[in-house]
Amino acid sequence: MAMTLAEKMLADRSGLREVEPGQIVETPVDLVMGNDITAPIAIREFEAAGATRVFDPDRVALVMSHFVPAKDISSADQSRIMRQFAKRHAIRHYYPEGQGGIEHTLLPERGIVVPGDIVIGADSHTCTYGGLGAFATGVGSTDLAYAMATGRTWFKVPESMRFVYYGRRPPFVTGKDLILRTIKTIGDDGALYRAMEFTGEAIADLPMEDRLTMSNMTIEAGGKVGIVPTDELTLRYEEGRAQRPWRLYAADPGARYAEEHEFDVSALEPQVAFPSLPSLTRGISDVGEVAIDQVFIGSCTNGRLSDLRTAASILRGKRVHPETRLIVIPATQDVYKAALREGLIEVFLDAGASVSTSTCGPCLGGHMGVLGKGERCLSTSNRNYVGRMGDREAEVFLASPAVAAATAIRGRITDPREMAKEEAV
Amino acid sequence: MARAWKYGDNVDTDVIIPARYLVTGDPERLGQHCLENLDPGFLAGKAPGDVIVGGRNFGCGSSREHAPLAIKGAGVSAVIAESFARIFFRNAINIGLRVYESPAAARGIAMGDEVEIDEGGAAIVNRTRGERYGIAPLPPFVQEIVAAGGLMAKLRKELEEGGAGA
Repeated sequence: MAMTLAEKMLADRSGLREVEPGQIVETPVDLVMGNDITAPIAIREFEAAGATRVFDPDRVALVMSHFVPAKDISSADQSRIMRQFAKRHAIRHYYPEGQGGIEHTLLPERGIVVPGDIVIGADSHTCTYGGLGAFATGVGSTDLAYAMATGRTWFKVPESMRFVYYGRRPPFVTGKDLILRTIKTIGDDGALYRAMEFTGEAIADLPMEDRLTMSNMTIEAGGKVGIVPTDELTLRYEEGRAQRPWRLYAADPGARYAEEHEFDVSALEPQVAFPSLPSLTRGISDVGEVAIDQVFIGSCTNGRLSDLRTAASILRGKRVHPETRLIVIPATQDVYKAALREGLIEVFLDAGASVSTSTCGPCLGGHMGVLGKGERCLSTSNRNYVGRMGDREAEVFLASPAVAAATAIRGRITDPREMAKEEAV
Repeated sequence: MARAWKYGDNVDTDVIIPARYLVTGDPERLGQHCLENLDPGFLAGKAPGDVIVGGRNFGCGSSREHAPLAIKGAGVSAVIAESFARIFFRNAINIGLRVYESPAAARGIAMGDEVEIDEGGAAIVNRTRGERYGIAPLPPFVQEIVAAGGLMAKLRKELEEGGAGA
């Protein structure tokens, strides 16, 4: 039977010749991950069940990402549970603040997750690793506890959806714009319980960091995994980076997909998601006049080096609008260092931005940029739900770093192409 | 008899329990803020055993297990929805919060209706409207987890039998 990419991976790693959608499989995991919010509950459950050791201390990643540096006493106490557990179990991939960053940027960047991996993580954006060809999905703390003890988890084999992107991307149309447009088309539950497969000439041409952005937002369409088939570009990215051997998989010709969607990216413009669902996306020409109080550039979606380069290229020599504040948070320590070396941090500081240490912080309304009543934020992150970044009457718009940078300068949602045009005049 | 708290589609985990409260794993502390961003009236008016009824994609968003824990901690006995986001559904099963997928119930039940889950979870009864709704059955493997008393009970059993992690 011809199988999709997700089916091939699950069949192979579950020791089965073939699988079909709906079937339950038990599968060994290559890596399990938890963060400072989800791991403490997993640790409590792990210990309450009587487990005394993790299945493999080299295959557990514990990353301090959300409320670090500690935002209050309670979060410091939660972090302490994780710090002690990491030490007691000699967890190899334990990254406290100052040594790692946001988990979904960190693990691909350091080659801790590699193509063909089966990964579960107690964070919904674990699906990010699909960008490099891993089968990776978010779970809760109890599933993490079970996998930390046994090295296994269970999956219901998902139906697959195929997305084909063709044409040449115009300037300032990024992976973020492709995925927002996709979610607009299929809806916030359009891929519920399903695997998304991102293919086509425009994906072959898409840089790895943009691929990771697309897979990152799979969950915003309800998807279980969002996988980009591995190709030359993936292997170039992994050279000198992968800490373990990778596995290459490809969908079979003639595999069955529940749905197929095609997008002509040459006709696409920068996209903006309106409050309070990612599917409420519009092309930037249809945005109108929207004044913005805060711009946030960062998160596991768009806090990578290429994102900061794009933002800096627009902000260089400019000032943030007097009625708008700009927060820039490099997603990892390595991104921060590279941005510093390239002079990007100085560009942000000169523009009047607030630049801070790596954290998920404002994306989830945790700290370092929480919104007050009635405030509007344009954010490069992934969710704009009611109250996501602060007060329930605050509003969040989602867009790419290019739109974010242009918006910070003008103080209203701005098309970066408009600014580029004015520069040229 | 339980009263229904009825909401729409895409009730996300950020409105079930905002991230600023994710500084504890204690269900009761979490329950004190359950749904406060969606319906401030819920916390003031809820009674033990009430049920929450949602539309499509209930529990979408973050993987925070704090969401079903908060619902449980608020004293809610079950969540009924047209469909559930997959991580929320899995978390609810794992921690023993009863979740029922029933498009007919999600459409038929209105805010404040008196509802009852049939013994054994075979159907949902709406006493206010005199209606009865079917429930989508769980896959057998998932039924086993529920019957075992949750995923951690399954783990305890495996550890006793000498599996990994002991």
